[in-house]
Amino acid sequence: MAHSQTLAHLEAILVVGIGGFAGSNLRYFVDLSLPNSLVATALVNVLGSLALGFLIYESRLTGAISETSRTLIATGFIASFTTYSTFVVDALTTTPALAVGYIIGSYALGFGAVLVGREAARWLRSVTPPTPRVSD
Amino acid sequence: MEPAHLLGTGGAIGAILRYTVDRVLVHDQYPLSTVVVNVVGSFALGLVMFVGLSHETILLIGTGACGSFTTYSSFSVQTVQLWERGDRVQATLYAGGTLGLCLLGAGSAIGIATLLPF
Repeated sequence: MAHSQTLAHLEAILVVGIGGFAGSNLRYFVDLSLPNSLVATALVNVLGSLALGFLIYESRLTGAISETSRTLIATGFIASFTTYSTFVVDALTTTPALAVGYIIGSYALGFGAVLVGREAARWLRSVTPPTPRVSD
Repeated sequence: MEPAHLLGTGGAIGAILRYTVDRVLVHDQYPLSTVVVNVVGSFALGLVMFVGLSHETILLIGTGACGSFTTYSSFSVQTVQLWERGDRVQATLYAGGTLGLCLLGAGSAIGIATLLPF
């Protein structure tokens, strides 16, 4: 029992690490692709909020995605793709007027994106027949 | 080392540390672990960016580890969930408190880093 728990814990750590490797690289790729760090960080944070919002409500409503896959995608990939520290440091190092707009804009679009993700999950449930829950 | 490997290694370390904090700080009602990782990570990024490290070190520890250790997506989903649960005061405190504490953390780190004699 203790042995299998240790294995499950190691598997989760490995899976989170792989997701973190990929998520941070994709965040950096978006940052290099856009001319402005503020725009790039806002974009990854909004896209990540949309994706996590969808995933969290999807798991609550249909549960079609297994626990391991959800750990990989949510805790590993999406959480590492988005970042709060760069958001805050960018806000502190830009002009005060831009910082206020950036913070308000990021908050509004981030929360809005979660709601869009939630509605997408609800819509998905309404159009798909009930499937047996995956348990692994 | 390739930039993608440096950054990815930092990103993996940051994600695993965040996962560990989340498992240690068990919370039922309030997303305490997200507050902790975001404030600590914002302070650390402020130091790393302004203390005068090499580009490679900033990629590994700053963009990689601090960037992945902190998270915006969990923060925004948790705020919406607190609001949905009817804890509107808690949701507002969480959103405003995270911002205030992280600004304070990163701001004091930048202050400390620029005051250091190297």
